[in-house]
Order: sequence, then C-alpha cells, then structure tokens
Amino acid sequence: MPNMSLKKNEMPSQAPEVRNKNFLEVALGYTQEQALDEAKRCLNCKNKPCVSGCPVNIHIPDFIQKVAQGDFEGAYQVITQSSSLPAVCGRVCPQESQCEQKCVRGIKGEPVAIGRLERFVADWHNAHTCEAPQRPAPNGHKVAVVGSGPAGLTCAGDLAKKGYEVTVFEALHTAGGVLVYGIPEFRLPKAIVQKEIDGLKALGVKVETNMVIGRVLSVDELLEQGFEAVFIGSGAGLPRFMNIPGENLKGVYSANEFLTRVNLMKAYLPGSDTPIQHARRVAVVGGGNVAMDAARCAKRLGAEEVFIVYRRSEKELPARAEEVEHAKEEGIVFHLLNNPTKILGDDQGNVTGMECVRMELGEPDASGRRRPVEVPGSEFVLEVDSVIMAIGTSPNPLIKSTTQGLETQKWGGIVVEEATGLTSRERVYAGGDAVTGAATVILAMGAGKTAAQAIHKALSGEES
Amino acid sequence: MYLILKKEALNPTVTRMVIDAPLIAKKAEPGQFIILRVHEDGERIPLTIADFDREQGTVTIIFQIVGATTELLNHLEEGDSLHDFVGPLGRPSETEGLKKVAVIGGGVGCAIAYPVAKKLHQQGAQVHAIVGFRNKDLVILEEEFRAVSDRFVPMSDDGSWGEKGLVTNALEQLIAAGEQYDEVIAIGPLVMMKFVTQLTRQHNIKTVVSMNPIMIDGTGMCGGCRLSVGGKTKFACVDGPDFDGFEVDFDEAMERNAMYRDFERHAYEKACNLFRKEVQ
Repeated sequence: MPNMSLKKNEMPSQAPEVRNKNFLEVALGYTQEQALDEAKRCLNCKNKPCVSGCPVNIHIPDFIQKVAQGDFEGAYQVITQSSSLPAVCGRVCPQESQCEQKCVRGIKGEPVAIGRLERFVADWHNAHTCEAPQRPAPNGHKVAVVGSGPAGLTCAGDLAKKGYEVTVFEALHTAGGVLVYGIPEFRLPKAIVQKEIDGLKALGVKVETNMVIGRVLSVDELLEQGFEAVFIGSGAGLPRFMNIPGENLKGVYSANEFLTRVNLMKAYLPGSDTPIQHARRVAVVGGGNVAMDAARCAKRLGAEEVFIVYRRSEKELPARAEEVEHAKEEGIVFHLLNNPTKILGDDQGNVTGMECVRMELGEPDASGRRRPVEVPGSEFVLEVDSVIMAIGTSPNPLIKSTTQGLETQKWGGIVVEEATGLTSRERVYAGGDAVTGAATVILAMGAGKTAAQAIHKALSGEES
Repeated sequence: MYLILKKEALNPTVTRMVIDAPLIAKKAEPGQFIILRVHEDGERIPLTIADFDREQGTVTIIFQIVGATTELLNHLEEGDSLHDFVGPLGRPSETEGLKKVAVIGGGVGCAIAYPVAKKLHQQGAQVHAIVGFRNKDLVILEEEFRAVSDRFVPMSDDGSWGEKGLVTNALEQLIAAGEQYDEVIAIGPLVMMKFVTQLTRQHNIKTVVSMNPIMIDGTGMCGGCRLSVGGKTKFACVDGPDFDGFEVDFDEAMERNAMYRDFERHAYEKACNLFRKEVQ
C-alpha cells in the first residue's frame, strides 16, 4: 500500500541558532524508518518522468523500490550503475529543478524526496559495507583525466568500471575540486567526499595530486606518454572582481579565496596554520550558492552581522531556494536591489565600509531577466570590515594557453561537440564548468558521463 | 611525498634544501616558483625555485625562517619528506635579447636573483650583480653570484661586508660612472624594490621586479595574490611574479602583505614554544 501523504518526510536538522556556530552538517539525514516510509510514497509509475530529470539518468523508481523493501545495499547497487558520487549528489543537487521537478507526486502535493533517499542509501552503504568493489578486468587502454572535480571523477569512475586504466591529475593537494575547496563542510562533509574518492581508487583509478596540467605537463605530453584520450574537467576557477575602487583593500576576498581558506585549508579550526580574517560585519556580494556558502561560513567564523548584497530582487536570486532559506534561518541579512559602487578603507588599508546604490528592475534584457538600473541619488554606506566577492568565475586560461589548437569561446569556455564532449583536438574531450562556465555539480557529472561513453566508443568501437 | 636530499644552513636564518622532484626539475625556468606544504595539516607557502638540475631531477629552494611554517620546514632533515611540492608555477623571467643587465638582490631575495643572473650569464649577457645584506653574517650565495657576474658589487647596511650602504647607492654610482643597462632586475624586500624603481625611473632604465604577495593555491583560482599593476588588477601567481617595476603599486602591496601579521606572529611563537618543549 503506497504512502499517500502529500508531504515529504521532513529531514531532521540542527537548529539554526546552534548550527550557525559550528561547521557540522546542517541536515542530519533520514533514519531507516523515515526512509522506508518516504520510499513508499513512490508510485513506481510506468513512464518514470523522474529519470529523465536526472542528468545521469539514475533508475530512480528501481532504487526506491529496493529501499521500500528494506534492501538498502540493493538500492545502492542500482544507483551506482549510473552515478559515481551518490552521497554527494543526494546532498548538493538542486533536485527541485531536476528529478523531483518531474515527479508525478509533485502535481498534487510534494514530490518524492528522491535526493534525501539517494543520500540515505549512499550513507547506509558507506556505514555498513567495507567490502572493496570488484575491480574490473583491465582492457589495456589508458586514459588521462585533468581535474578531480565532479566531472573528472565521474568520467574516471565510468571508464574504470569498463576496465580502463585511468589516471586523474589534480593541481591542488587534495582531490575533489569544488567538493573540497568550495562547498563547506556543513553542507557536504569532506569525509564523505574522501570516501567516494577512495571508492574510485578501489576500482583502480589513480589520483595524482600536485599536478598542474599546463605547467608540469601539457595535454600534448599526456598524449605522448601513452594516454590514448584526455578528458579535461578543469572547471571554472578564475574569480571575477567588480573593478570598483577599493577592491584591493585588506579584508576584500574573492569567494574562492575565502572558501578555499575555510574549506580546503580548514582555517575555521583553531589550530589551523592557514589564517583567515574573523570579521565583525561582512558583506557578501552576489546571490548564487557560492554567495550563500560564503555568508554562512562568515557567520560561523563569528561575524556578528553578515549581509548578502544582490543587485536584483529575491525572485532572481540564482541560489537554491533551500540554501536561501537556510541562510535566512541562520541570521544572514539580505540587502536586495543593492549594488556596491566603492569599497572604503582606513589609512592602514583595512576595509571600513562599502558604498552601495539602490537599484530598481527595468526592462528585460537579452537573457530575459529584468535589468537592474541604479536609482539616482540613493547611495548609502554599509559599515563592514570585510567584503567577499561572489559574482562568478570563469574557466582558468592555463590549459587553453598551453594546448595548441584547442578551440575556446571568447569568455574561455572550451568548445565541444555536445553529444560526445569531443573538443577541436582529436582524442581530447572536455566537460563540466570548463565548457559551460560555472554551473552545477550534477551537470558536470553528466558531462563526465557523456565523455566517458564517447571515449569508450572511440577506443573500443563499442557502444556503452 | 617529496624527499629532502640535501639540507644546508647558508646563515643562521637561511637554509638551502635540495628536493627530489624530477617532473618539476624537467620544466622549471628561472623566475618560477613552487608551493609546498610541510605536513598534512600545514599551510601552502610559495618559494622561488633557486636552482634545478634536470639530469638529477632535483629542485633547490632557499628560505628564510620568518614564521611558523618556515620554522617547521627548517626542522626537517635530509631523508625527511615534504607532504606537498607543486610547480613550476608562474611565468619564467624574460631574459631574451638582454645584453647588459644589473641584477639586484636584497637579503633572501638573492636566492631568486641568482638563477636569473645565472641564466643571463649562460646566454652571454653582461651581468652586474649588486647584492645587499644587513651584515656579513647574513650573506648567502656569494660564490655562486661571483661565478656568473662580470661585475660583483657586495653591499651591507653596516659595512661589515663589501661597501657600506644600500643597493640603490651602488646602482646610482654605477649609473653615474656611465654604465648603461638594457634592464635592471631587482629582487628583494618590497621596500627595496620600490626604491630601486624610484631611482631607475629617473634614469629611464626599464626595471623588472619579482613580487612576493600572499598566496594560497598559486594557480590563479583565488586572487589572494592580486596586485595593482598599471592601474589594473593582476594575479602574481599566473601573470607574474615578474612585473614592470614602474607600474607596480608598491604601497598597496606592502599593506596587503601585512594582512595576517598578528596571526603570523602568534603562530610563530606557538611553533617556537612547541620546539622548545620538545628539546627540554
């Protein structure tokens, strides 16, 4: 008998006033009972619209049926046929605009909590199974993956499962890309990322850290060394600044720097060797998930007041609704329809404030969004001692500038054939933010998957 | 892990280490740098590549003990390993076409100036090396510099080694004596590079400086190392570390380098106390 409740099972989470003072995970995950109960809400419908909403096409009703039967390991096996990082995706995917958006139960009531169930299954597996996965028989082909973010890890995992000898090259000292330096511990515990990466290693994937491709080795040298194909998943890590006066004052960070110090270097821990400013009043400029992450980290570092400063209105905030909600619950103050014009400093070069101007929404622009226009004479000063710029990133030019014949867009994105991820260079594939500019974890994973299939076809002649 | 093959104290606070890093040695060029982490929870610090040996597969670093991480680094011995060692990073120094160059090194900056002087010398350029230290106890790389310089001008603040005075005094004298340089390359403390460019600007001699801002990743993804150069924001780790000295905003760079001074002092004291306890 299906569970016909119109609402999802709530996920237990830390109370806002408690969690905004620690870096522990906010959402605590379903219990077995909650998962069994939620799984029964799935109608196992015939045409499975949810599957088409998932960029890696997980067999969603199949795994949920296993959960409903209490076969959690079986559910895990279903998910991993399609996804290499279920514990990550169950946590950070914007399910509301993907699988859950297509769920039939969502027409009348709330959709099935697919993400929470995926997370439950992956966590259950990680807690209960210590068996190493079966390593497939090697097929004799070697592939190099540049970058160990979600795109690279997915591509590596899919190829390894088919018997490829895969080496992942990572520039930083820890693998995971944005999963380790960008997304904070309280949304995605690093132990979980590490566990997923260990799983790939158990499949035979080699991960080489401290390897900046473009400096220590070029893409061409990888091909010369006997890698038959190269997948570039180097992301979009180059931060943008606003080019307003005062941006080089002490206390102005790019979100990348701030989050790298906090997450990768663990500057939030009292004993960390890496310093971070513990500001009193912080302005975060931007309205995406990165802005929310930075603001919530700043609060946890002890800031009395943290402001999100965004030039459009609430409706246009690019961040996930859930993240905006969490940020508000934790006491982050939103200054919407506000745009910085100047950062002010003292004679020591420290930030003392940020001059902003109020905005109103004008006519829709080419992208269809209403363009913000300054309200003349509405300047005011926000008193802050730190400013974090979270206004976007673009692809790092290093690979492009060191790989002859690699075609890129004007803004730096690598040009690829959509169906395969093939670049303008033979045997060189690309995917994720390096192609699209800053997007989502799951889109990067989808691109990694597409490229893995195309590489397999090119090297073995077989369709996946 | 990256093995320390050789360790040698160049003076009481400056140490030279030779690291086993064949891939980096193969690609390294003068002017480039590495980033290292001493231990698993350590911070990332940038250090310039002081020398490299492509055949032996080694990279040499020279560092001054100025804080917690360099203190920890100096406690490692031959046979120990560094947790992380990544490079070569940054753009190589541009030396092509230069016929006569004044290379100026200040303090531990000489460790960066030396490989540039060596490369110029190997290219057949005339190299005048002006090197300055506070006193004779702090002198490093004297023999190395002499071997690659057509003219070697030692300077010290107190006159205990070479001539008494600043490197700018020496440069001024050489210019006054009619020496004509295609370029001046100045590497050392920010304040020294600032004053060198003030002098060379008067004489309109192109001057290149090697900047040393705070860095984290060193690959262009954070902008922590940004500088104002010619009114534009540049990232030292990818656009530099070498820049046209006339265009650099040194005052801003000096302020930015002081951002974590309190934290650094505290961490250094903690590291020193830790070692004192271990000794007891």
